[in-house]
Amino acid sequence: MLNDGGGGPWGGQGGSGGSGGGDGEGGGLGPRNPWSEPPRKRPNRKPGAPGPSALDELLRKGRERFGNGGGSGSGSGMPTLGGRPIWLWAIAAFVVLWVLLTSFVTIGPQQRGVVTLLGGYSRTLTPGLQFKLPAPIETVEKVDVDNIHLIDVGGGGQGGQNLVLTGDQNIVDLAYSVRWNIRDPELYLFELADPEDTIREVAESAMREALSRVTLNDAIGPQRSQIEGRVAQRMQELLDSYRAGVAIQGIAIKQADPPAAVNEAFKQVSAAQQEAQSYLNEARAYALQLTARAQGEAGAFDRVYAEYKLAPDVTRRRMYYETMERVLAKTDKTVVEVPGVNSYLPLGALNRPAAPAAQQSAEGTAR
Amino acid sequence: MNPAAIWRNPITWALIAIALVIAWTSVFAVVPETKQALIVRVGKPDRIVNRYRDNEDFGRTGAGLVWRIPFFEQIVWVDKRVLDIDMERQAVLSTDQLRLEVDAFARYRIVNPVRMYVAAGSERRVGEALRPILGSSLRNELGKRSFAALLSPERGQVMDNIQRALQRVATQYGAEIVDVRIKRADLPDGTPLESAFQRMRTAREQEARSIRAEGARQAQIIRADADADAARVYANSFGKDPDFYSFYRAMQSYRITFGTDGNEASGGSNIILSPDNEYLREFRGRRN
Repeated sequence: MLNDGGGGPWGGQGGSGGSGGGDGEGGGLGPRNPWSEPPRKRPNRKPGAPGPSALDELLRKGRERFGNGGGSGSGSGMPTLGGRPIWLWAIAAFVVLWVLLTSFVTIGPQQRGVVTLLGGYSRTLTPGLQFKLPAPIETVEKVDVDNIHLIDVGGGGQGGQNLVLTGDQNIVDLAYSVRWNIRDPELYLFELADPEDTIREVAESAMREALSRVTLNDAIGPQRSQIEGRVAQRMQELLDSYRAGVAIQGIAIKQADPPAAVNEAFKQVSAAQQEAQSYLNEARAYALQLTARAQGEAGAFDRVYAEYKLAPDVTRRRMYYETMERVLAKTDKTVVEVPGVNSYLPLGALNRPAAPAAQQSAEGTAR
Repeated sequence: MNPAAIWRNPITWALIAIALVIAWTSVFAVVPETKQALIVRVGKPDRIVNRYRDNEDFGRTGAGLVWRIPFFEQIVWVDKRVLDIDMERQAVLSTDQLRLEVDAFARYRIVNPVRMYVAAGSERRVGEALRPILGSSLRNELGKRSFAALLSPERGQVMDNIQRALQRVATQYGAEIVDVRIKRADLPDGTPLESAFQRMRTAREQEARSIRAEGARQAQIIRADADADAARVYANSFGKDPDFYSFYRAMQSYRITFGTDGNEASGGSNIILSPDNEYLREFRGRRN
């Protein structure tokens, strides 16, 4: 690379060197002749193209110029005199083109361009069309800064579980992803040998450290977001201590489940929770029912009692008769008048003398 | 004569050009930001270009063009970046005889290229030399701890000890240990993992049972509370006149037992009344 840059100063010599290389091929004279002939063949070969005519013009000028110089130097080399300037000019054109193409660089909106001047860091280019020194002297490396990279750890569905020990010596199957982007492109490029791998390892380490401080239940359930925050913070600290130039945007725990081998037992726990809940519901329903009934009965009693107190005797008697009336009206009755007769009771036939008994009682009430 | 001149001319130029190129490349070299250049003069380290210093700013480092005396001096390239040693998984036995599979990594950086060159030759060899030491100091350090300690904040202390042990060796190789961390500490497959699973399973079963029992307990309390509440409500209300309550409740009870309360009582009823019955008081006519 450097040699190209160094070649610049001795462009004239480089031209001759180039022609020498051409001769070295053996058939060097072959290609050179057509080049010297174009003026005659021009219309046939490239009709109407402005490029060749301009090139020819250039060649002719070059030839004239070189002719002068060559004439004074080594007059004997007339046939090659025509070739030399062509190579010279070709190389000059190439150099100009090279300089033009490598001096400007387009940095995309999400990119930064890190420029190194002969290896040493020089500056960081912001988005847009930027100028720099030509390629071998200054090189630019474009780095995506806004692009958020994603590293997935665990899960992935290859059947492999990412088993992690928790603080209470249980095991959890964990899958998470790390989102990061480049904060300082120059640090990112120059400080770490393998940034992505480093981030992955730091993530694993920080995640396992965080999980070793929580219990299994916390990891599966409510503390996920705290863990995520803690891991992100820890990772940032570690990466900063490496001067990685990386910003951790966030950790997302996609999955924190008990391992497949013990999943059944965990389902039993949630089944037990449901069951316990149903016990409670039943008990509450019972309680509601019972309380309502008690209140209803007590309320009824209170009301009746309030009335009863106004006229206790009459109310009591009325209630007694009303009740008895309703009770006895529906049942078979036998009234035994004389105490001596009740030695034999035709219990089986008790249903039949219902009518006379009723008459008796009716008579009784009538009287 | 003429052709000879023609031929000689470009070849001479070409040779000159090639010679210049070789001379240029053998004298100058570009040191990038990511490398330190150790210039060795006939086998003896002479000077270091772009040597690592703590917290230096890029742009003010030694990176750039470097020259040397061709053929006498060679450039040995040494990485300036943070490199990593990734260890093979190690089986570690904790003091309570629990086997753990530990995966650790260390980050290091060559800070003394001369010593590195003399002692190891290349940074790759430094990594190879440090790897077994990382493994053994990890085993030593973790072997002194109980299983639970590995899962506790004490882990930081363990890491510090390992880092110190590793640093002692690394210094001999001109390296600086940036960080040592345990990446994973797992139970090995097979029996230990199985028994851990078994323990988790039984723990869950226990939890399930206690949840059920707790649910039953609470349900019972709720029922008892309700019973007590009801009793209180009844007592408050009925206690105002126990005698009347007795009468009132008896009346209610008669109605229900004799099937007059709307719903049919099962079984027919026969009632044999004595004439002395209160109900028949009037039936016999007034005797007093």
